[in-house]
Amino acid sequence: MNDILQGLLEAGRLVVTLDPDLIEISIRSLEVTLSAVLISSLLGIPFGAWLAVKRFRHRRAAIAVLNALMGLPPVVVGLVVYLMLSRSGPFGVFGLLFTPAAMIIAQVIILTPLIASIAHQAMREMWAEYHDLLISLNTTRWQRIKALVWDGRRALLTASLAGFGRGIGEVGAIMIVGGNIDNATRVLTTAIALETGKGDFALALGLGFVLIGLAIAVNWLIHILSRTEVSGQW
Amino acid sequence: MKKLFLSAMLMAFAAGAAGADVMKMAVTTSFHNSGLSEILLPEIKADLDLEVQLLVVGTGQAIRLGEAGDVDAILVHSRPAEERFLAEGYGTHRTEIMYNDFVLIGPADDPAGIADAGSATAALVAISEQKIPFVSRGDDSGTHKMELSLWDGAGVGEDVRQVEWYKQAGSGMGATLNTASGLNAYVMSDRASWLKFGNKGDLELLFAGDPVLFNQYAYLPVNPEKHPHVKADLAGKLEAWLVSDRAKALIDGYRLEGEQLFTFNAGQN
Amino acid sequence: MVTQTILPLRLRDARVRKNGRVIVGPVDYELPADGFTIVIGPNGAGKTTLLRMMHGMERLASGAVEWQVAEKRARERQAFVFQIPVMMRRNVLENVAYPMQLHGSSRKQARAEAARWLELIGLAEAAERPAPVLSGGERQKLALARALIRKPEILFLDEPCASLDGRAMREIEAVLQSAHSEGTRIVMSTHDMGQARRLASDVLFVHRGRIHEDGPAARFFEHPQTPEARAFLQGDIVE
Repeated sequence: MNDILQGLLEAGRLVVTLDPDLIEISIRSLEVTLSAVLISSLLGIPFGAWLAVKRFRHRRAAIAVLNALMGLPPVVVGLVVYLMLSRSGPFGVFGLLFTPAAMIIAQVIILTPLIASIAHQAMREMWAEYHDLLISLNTTRWQRIKALVWDGRRALLTASLAGFGRGIGEVGAIMIVGGNIDNATRVLTTAIALETGKGDFALALGLGFVLIGLAIAVNWLIHILSRTEVSGQW
Repeated sequence: MKKLFLSAMLMAFAAGAAGADVMKMAVTTSFHNSGLSEILLPEIKADLDLEVQLLVVGTGQAIRLGEAGDVDAILVHSRPAEERFLAEGYGTHRTEIMYNDFVLIGPADDPAGIADAGSATAALVAISEQKIPFVSRGDDSGTHKMELSLWDGAGVGEDVRQVEWYKQAGSGMGATLNTASGLNAYVMSDRASWLKFGNKGDLELLFAGDPVLFNQYAYLPVNPEKHPHVKADLAGKLEAWLVSDRAKALIDGYRLEGEQLFTFNAGQN
Repeated sequence: MVTQTILPLRLRDARVRKNGRVIVGPVDYELPADGFTIVIGPNGAGKTTLLRMMHGMERLASGAVEWQVAEKRARERQAFVFQIPVMMRRNVLENVAYPMQLHGSSRKQARAEAARWLELIGLAEAAERPAPVLSGGERQKLALARALIRKPEILFLDEPCASLDGRAMREIEAVLQSAHSEGTRIVMSTHDMGQARRLASDVLFVHRGRIHEDGPAARFFEHPQTPEARAFLQGDIVE
């Protein structure tokens, strides 16, 4: 109990003093995860919508695979990305290992199936609703996807936010591919792992509270910006 | 909103494309936990205008990073592994920089009575005979390898080290100390990690000073013939600095809770 | 702009099968180029499926649905109002503007045209409201405006007034009559015999998936030719 109290105090101290290290790693956490969420959304949302409107032979199997990929263990993703990006791996020439770019790549792999799957659920419901109209209007597949994505953007925002939630708290993959390098690839979660390793529970917990606060703040901000909570507004 | 994301991404990629004077060095957790790196790195930056990015890993992974060419140099403390690294051509040479020492930690009431042991070997034998819990790093790190060689030297073979009392944590020094603290068990640690450790609980430093516990750190630049992209010139600059009198003063002068942790010994062997 | 007319529509031996059972057909029928056709028949007779089949929304088990131009071009000259209209999750104006935007009109053009239609059907005040909160009558009006905005040659309606009160029904009927007088071919199913008598220029009587009788409305109501039609008009066939 005492440890938790000290953690709260430490979190307060870090925030109030605008600790420069804290600000740096918080910004990096946001940069990495927001970039990954953006890329994953650009990939996952159209794919989810496409899966909802396209009928093909192995569609059910594709959906099952997608849902299974949601459970990809981040540590394994991290390890595979690490081996790919290592200088002795197939993409070694780009020199991306232990850079924020590598962390973004790993998170994109983790987040895309999650976002695509949630997007697919939402789009499937909307497609059932829109089906007759869009067929009757003789729309192309691309026009259907556009209409579903645009009109379903609130639900899709939830998909992206779920991706953000998973990404911002993820440590296994980014620890491996980022290397937790001070001033280069250290983010909130890897810093927490580091401080826990040092036995400095107060600081680790303080960072943890900052992380939770940050996640809540981003969610809240996005809801405000998109006015999801304003009733009757479309 | 999108612009913000994009610029964040560009920044991220720009940070990835290393500038002229950035190099990567893999170091062991024990070195990093000592806090010495926080003294040395700013001085290196000031003297050489060189930013050394540290990858803090176990010796086993540090060596793998060097072999793969993912770092420009390694600073580790496991002689046999270092020599294999050189023999296989992954490093150009090995330069000894400094040493610190390992200590034996255990419950304050010292059930195995190692505080009065005549040697590290005797201490370990006492623990094994009474099967008092002992937590090992178990992560193929330099510290782990040192511990294993001590057990072998004490004649306590793998078959004797039963899981009922010998626990392999499979993690870094800090996490291993956390485990030992939780189990109230014996554990071997480098002195620095122990002093810096914040969750000591009921544990105390019980035994130290046997010369077999001395721990030599060596610097090995990665061979540019194996990996043409490594920054051999920067690695050379850093090496010259690490063996200089400037480094000697900083290393010997570093104190943690009043204790000297490292002894500079470059150029003495 | 002179476009070749897509009418008349010809159905040849057209059949729709669902779950292994033929639910509509075989139908051999030519829909004349002019008129206001009302499709009537008991519940479950296949009125909805017949309309959807004409519109090209049902996979044919046999036969053909033939327009005077290629199928893809013919589809663009048709519109369909469903019994439960689809309310896209956007505001009323954007719902009505949507079909125009699909066909290359600018957002501005489409919105101006949509606003004109909302004025015409009396929904102008609801323009900025989200479509899914509209009442039943308002939804049908929206669907009607959305169907008419591209000036289709033929408009299908599937029981558009099924659950509306009298006032909303008369408003819908007025819009349909004015569209018809401006040259739109209309094919509409209904349960309401009063409505059928008010609107129909000719009638298609459907029973058990087949067209039993077709012809001018006056003749059908006064002198039905088949025993099924007579029974239906007397209220003896309900299913």
